Amino acid sequence: MRLEFRAISKQFGQHQALRDVSVSVAEFQSLAIIGPSGGGKTTLLRIVAGLETPEAGYLSIDDARVDFSEASLLLHRRRIGTVFQAYNLFPHLTARENVLLPLVVVHGLSRIEANETVDALFERFQLSRHADRRPAELSGGQQQRVAIVRAIAIKPRFLIFDEPTSALDPEMTAEVLDFIAELRGEGRDLIIVTHNMGFAREVSDHCLFIAEGQVLEEGRSSELFSRPRNPLLANFLAKVLRY
Amino acid sequence: MQAHRQPVARAAWIVSWCLVALLVAAVFSFAFGQLHYGWNWQAIWHYREKFLHGWLVTVALSAAALLASLAIGLLSALARRSAFLPLRYAAVLYVEIVRGTPLLVQILILFYVVANAFGIENRYVVGVLALSLFAGAYLSEMIRSGIESIRDSQLESARAIGLTRAQTYRHVVFPQVVRQLVPPLTGQFASIIKDSSLLSIIAVSEFTLNAQEVNAFTYSTLESYLPLAAGYLLLTLPISLLSRVLERRFHFAT
Repeated sequence: MRLEFRAISKQFGQHQALRDVSVSVAEFQSLAIIGPSGGGKTTLLRIVAGLETPEAGYLSIDDARVDFSEASLLLHRRRIGTVFQAYNLFPHLTARENVLLPLVVVHGLSRIEANETVDALFERFQLSRHADRRPAELSGGQQQRVAIVRAIAIKPRFLIFDEPTSALDPEMTAEVLDFIAELRGEGRDLIIVTHNMGFAREVSDHCLFIAEGQVLEEGRSSELFSRPRNPLLANFLAKVLRY
Repeated sequence: MQAHRQPVARAAWIVSWCLVALLVAAVFSFAFGQLHYGWNWQAIWHYREKFLHGWLVTVALSAAALLASLAIGLLSALARRSAFLPLRYAAVLYVEIVRGTPLLVQILILFYVVANAFGIENRYVVGVLALSLFAGAYLSEMIRSGIESIRDSQLESARAIGLTRAQTYRHVVFPQVVRQLVPPLTGQFASIIKDSSLLSIIAVSEFTLNAQEVNAFTYSTLESYLPLAAGYLLLTLPISLLSRVLERRFHFAT
């Protein structure tokens, strides 16, 4: 897929999260967005996900310009699978019901069709045993896997991950990252914000480095990680890769 | 261990309850014994159908008031979250005034002033209205705090999977609010049942008024009011038990 940002700005109160961001990312399958905390990477991701509207600028995905009216963003969000840090699942619904909800309510599948879809996905990703448990009865890693299944069940155009493992312990992190790597292996398009540089490097073919509300470097991951041109990026990588 | 603990707990439960019942019985039989009261249950038995009629009216009034107060509480809770300020402040005013004044005064004003002015003559309608406005204010606060207890992250998830605002309320917010609401709601229903006794002052022919009338006919005060207490307990005790069962059933960690 392709992404193009033109003069995108976003402000939260006094804080300028993104300033005049213009960048185009040519043909990628998996894009990692990296950078220091508070630098604007999550904001950029949320604009792509249709969860945030910029004050200025435009975004096009696969050469189609995104209309930032609420009615149009609702349709936009319905075609994308988004997974957050944590607490993606609704606590009053079982794992199965969490995945069923968007299929039945938003995408108009019959309960029978939707259940077949859920059964097949849970079977494939070894979640069948947990289908009738509520989120509180699942580990953090299992919760995130169910959340990812919910995101792919709707057959989205692409998947968005916003620091999907930052609330997990190392073992569960591996469980979730393996899952995401598997999805990439299936050829799904995905965009991921992550603090895990090893994972970003391994799973992505393109990468954006964002700091201070600007995209400071864009390129193929193989290039960007091994030969950073921007001094801030070099500094950042040196710091996060030290341990 | 588990297999042993259960019967021991049950035995302790039975013994403790018997102890409490004995103690209460002892205190009251002593108190009534001191009374040297000439009981006249026959006169009361004569009016049994009047008691039953009053009791049924109380049940009907309370059930109607519960339903109406749910609607009022829900609307008022949503109004308090409205972006339109006059609506929000109207809801605040309603809740604060109703919770800050005695139900007795509200009933009198509603019946003799408001209903009179608007030409509502049916005192049963006014009675249900008064009860449901009263309970609605309390429910409004319960519903509001229930809605506010839903984490932002859940609303965010709902948005991300493409639910509309209405769908989010329908499938995410309300089911959780209802689960939280069921135990206090049953308690509220018990309150409505007891509070409905105040409607006797505007001559609504409910349980308490009928007991008062029987007392006036027979001059048998205790014989009139003890069945009254029993009649209310017959309603409120099962409700309170039900509330505890529901609380356990709907409990889930968030």
